Amino acid sequence: MRFNLNGADVDVGMHPMSRLLDVLREEHNLTGTKEGCGEGECGACTVLVDGEPVCSCLIPVSQVDGAEVVTIEGLGGNHPLQQLFMNEVGAQCGICTPGMIMAALALPDDPTLDDVKTALAGNLCRCTGYSAIYRAVLKWKGQE
Amino acid sequence: MTAVGTSVARKDGIGKATGGARYADDLVFPGMIHGRTIRSTIPRGRIKSIRYDFDTSGFTIVDYRDVPAKNAVDLMSQDQPFLAEHEVRHMAEPIVLLAHEDKETLHAAKVVIEYQEEDPLFDPEKSTLSFKDIAIEKGNVETGLRSADVIVEGVYRTGHQEHVYIEPNGVIAVPEEGGIAIHGSVQCPFYVIKALRCLLGSAHPNVRVIQTETGGGFGGKEEYPSMIAGHAVLLALKSGRPVKIIYDRAEDMVATTKRHPSIVRHRTGLTKSGKLVAMDIDVLMDGGAYVTLSPTVLSRGCIHAAGPYSCDNVTIRGRTVFTNTPPNGAFRGFGAPQTEFAVEVHMDRIAEQLGMDPVELRRINALKPGDRTATGQTLRDDTSAHMVLEEAVKRTDFQRKRKEYKGTNRSIGLSLFYHGAGFTGAGERNLKSRARLDLTPTGVRIAVGSTEIGQGTRTMHAQIVTDALGIPYESVEVAQPDTSRVADSGPTVASRTCMVVGKILEECAIEMKSKLGELSPAEYYARHGELSVERMYEPPDWIQWDDAAYRGDAYATYGWGCDVAELELDPDTYEVKPIKLTAVQEFGRPIHPALARGQIEGGTAQGLGYAILEKVVMKNGAMANGQLTNYVIPTTLDMPELDVVMMENPYPGGPFGAKGLGELPMDGPAPAVVNALRAMGLDVREIPATPELLSTAPTI
Amino acid sequence: MEGAGVRIAVSELDMRVASSVDEALRILRDEKRTPIAGATDVYVALNFGTLTPRRFLDIWTLDELRTIFVHQDKLVIGALASYTTLMQSHLVAERVPMLAEASRLVGGVQIQNRGTLGGNIANGSPAADGVPVLSATDATVVMRSLDGERRVPINSFYTGYRSTVMKPDELIVAIEIPPVEGKQWFRKVGTRAAQAISKIVMAAVRAPSPKIALGSVAPTVVRAKMTEQALAGGASIEEASRILGEEIVPIDDVRSTADYRRRVSMNLLRRFWADTA
Repeated sequence: MRFNLNGADVDVGMHPMSRLLDVLREEHNLTGTKEGCGEGECGACTVLVDGEPVCSCLIPVSQVDGAEVVTIEGLGGNHPLQQLFMNEVGAQCGICTPGMIMAALALPDDPTLDDVKTALAGNLCRCTGYSAIYRAVLKWKGQE
Repeated sequence: MTAVGTSVARKDGIGKATGGARYADDLVFPGMIHGRTIRSTIPRGRIKSIRYDFDTSGFTIVDYRDVPAKNAVDLMSQDQPFLAEHEVRHMAEPIVLLAHEDKETLHAAKVVIEYQEEDPLFDPEKSTLSFKDIAIEKGNVETGLRSADVIVEGVYRTGHQEHVYIEPNGVIAVPEEGGIAIHGSVQCPFYVIKALRCLLGSAHPNVRVIQTETGGGFGGKEEYPSMIAGHAVLLALKSGRPVKIIYDRAEDMVATTKRHPSIVRHRTGLTKSGKLVAMDIDVLMDGGAYVTLSPTVLSRGCIHAAGPYSCDNVTIRGRTVFTNTPPNGAFRGFGAPQTEFAVEVHMDRIAEQLGMDPVELRRINALKPGDRTATGQTLRDDTSAHMVLEEAVKRTDFQRKRKEYKGTNRSIGLSLFYHGAGFTGAGERNLKSRARLDLTPTGVRIAVGSTEIGQGTRTMHAQIVTDALGIPYESVEVAQPDTSRVADSGPTVASRTCMVVGKILEECAIEMKSKLGELSPAEYYARHGELSVERMYEPPDWIQWDDAAYRGDAYATYGWGCDVAELELDPDTYEVKPIKLTAVQEFGRPIHPALARGQIEGGTAQGLGYAILEKVVMKNGAMANGQLTNYVIPTTLDMPELDVVMMENPYPGGPFGAKGLGELPMDGPAPAVVNALRAMGLDVREIPATPELLSTAPTI
Repeated sequence: MEGAGVRIAVSELDMRVASSVDEALRILRDEKRTPIAGATDVYVALNFGTLTPRRFLDIWTLDELRTIFVHQDKLVIGALASYTTLMQSHLVAERVPMLAEASRLVGGVQIQNRGTLGGNIANGSPAADGVPVLSATDATVVMRSLDGERRVPINSFYTGYRSTVMKPDELIVAIEIPPVEGKQWFRKVGTRAAQAISKIVMAAVRAPSPKIALGSVAPTVVRAKMTEQALAGGASIEEASRILGEEIVPIDDVRSTADYRRRVSMNLLRRFWADTA
């Protein structure tokens, strides 16, 4: 089986019931996707599968056969939202940041603050109280 | 162009936002194997036998007999073993370590331990073994109580709280030429060094600790990483290979430290007009099965127990006791959130009994410059209790809303609080913290052991050095903490990293500036080569502290805060819906306003979780809800609007007037929320104020 | 409680991927396998030892089970319809808005994207957010095996805590919801505002014969039949709420208490009655 990872097709060598998270981190050395809980609760492992945010700690890699997977590394290093997370201090310790950014990417245009909160309700942050994250995301969307 | 006071670009770089920042679990070393901790499954007893029910070939197995020198985590006391020998004192106590190169094989290994079980002690009120007793006396509390018109009594309880740093604990021990290197998610690299020296003795002198990027700490990575590092080192020494130990969330929650639960009793005398004349306070904290940091947590808790109020007659007695539960430890606020919760709810109860407005009661009694605290400290001009109170009351239109909300399911409450910055009493003097600045070909490098764990250490230190040295911010680098290369600036705790370590760096920079003369760092380096300046912290000379009598200047300065919580209560489900939290806080001066705001917003969120959501359910001495599914911290939808006001009242002894900030925001939210519930008629004296608790709370 | 990642041996797990419903049914007849839909619960349950099977059948790719349509005036929801799909479906919004509401309150976006209604039913948790809605609307679970299709009312589907009438060779393919007569009312009381497991969940329909279903107050999602009868018979809401308190059998667990669940269930019944008056 194979899938498209950040724009390139890759073969899966690991067991089909390996978690997508482990395949990303161990087989592809993409360690930007983090494990915070292993139970789909914290969202630190969020990646996009066919454009939708999912928890990579919950998904057997067999379920992304033929799919497009985008991780934080797939954004390169110049995405405006990445810079805004740093400038607005939406990232403190940074462990939730990649997952937070991946979840925010799925937001529609012109989101309200409530839209942002709803989109990020599956991502836990223990450092910021979320306010700075809203500032970063709303600025990116031109709403602030 | 000055850096201090502006939100300059952070020294973290972009790595945290690109996934490039490397945390412990992201590191792989050649030949690395994985470690696993076999833990007790009973709360108290003796180990009868240990059987390895698996093919042990390819495994490294370590028990207490593999300890080279002393089987004790050297912290305040040496009572806690790295690996239990014969006696088990709590659930999830480490007994045996396994390592293997294949994680699956490692997890499949079955170790069977037989115990002689003994009756566990879980109730701190029944414990007769105290780790530390504290008595603070000011005036004569009995005389004061006799003179009082009114006496108000109350008992207040707070539960455990779990840190929930989103990155669980993790450490890697890597054998290297002539020694061993520890890479890990740690707050205090030199604490780990101290613990490992005790564990290893003189046979292994070359141990160094390198802090990896750390995904949050909040006190939870202050002392426990020493334990994990010891385990990784023991496995690495025996196997000769790098050993990685990463806890999963369940192990992290069940085995590692939590905030101390507390029971605080108040007996308070007042005049009819609301002046405090006597405060008799008793503080009990559940220390868990080993001493760890409990004596100092108790100490800070007791010193803050009378709240930010002036009273001539005060007695504070405290004790922290043994129970058969995993040891409790450092957590943002360090004892003060517990005791300030108690005194602030008590103040609203007093106001109620006097028929007085709670703001007015605080106005009458709040500390002013020149007032003396319970330890006899005379406060200086940087005392801001009244300033934050008045600002918060005005900004939130508190009095009007308080009246307007009466009889509805909406309510508003406030808390007034303070937090001592830096180590208690003579702590900073005894610590002898050091900081160093090294010249580089392009500027200077900061070389301190203070860790960046999200709060902004790197950036804020660089700003201080930038302005003190008068060079561009971009030319200041910050070294990754590696104990073999940086100065021991003391632990990253106690809201001291800006105020204390920042101050030493400021002094280093001033000294370096005079050595450079007219030359820029680059010019000096090109002409004369390397130059380093290292200095030791000198606390203000006026600080006097008698540790035996618990009298004197407990802290060089204090941060001050007033939180206002506006909330609604669902009449059907008893769920609290916070509408708005206003946090007015004075902490000298913000070095980096955006980072400072982040500390207040984040601390306020943790305080809100502590107030209404975060309940550690203990069953048979262990956390029964050790999953993020069942121990719930606030999500985006649990957080109300946060209104943060940063007020200034510079502390002359801090860099550019800065005080400590990190812990202050943790002290206020819980009492503000509970006081709002009280204003609604619910008699709550305990946190977390869960819907279950509120559904049966008596009405006032 | 040891080591990051999964605690079970992944290499001992066995997964087959079904490329069609027919193939899935053949596999289920020939081999004992547990179907996996969006997998939101698989590793959690494996880690905590609540899922003992080691052989699985991945049905996630079976798009034919994702459709939502109306047939003979019943709303037919494919078993693999995700919560996100349910939230976005006009048919669901028109006919069973409380199912869209329940879907919005399941986990965060990540879970809504993977969690399915069929998975929610098969998983059998008494705290399932979607199931009380199905119970209150007298929905039918459509199961298929090589022997054909079988329809079982959701209210006869569960036989006890996490146990169902499903046979090992059967697959849930759809849920049929008849037209709902009367005002729909839904309330989830979770452990927090989002990403929460239900402490109590109530779905109800206000009609001459009211329908009231609850989750997390018994070993399975339940219909409060005695309460319904009382209300249908003209009992006061106070009387009905007293009956509800006696009818349900909540327990203490790490998330809540039996007392709270009982008291709040009674409050919610009153609120339902007032809101739909």
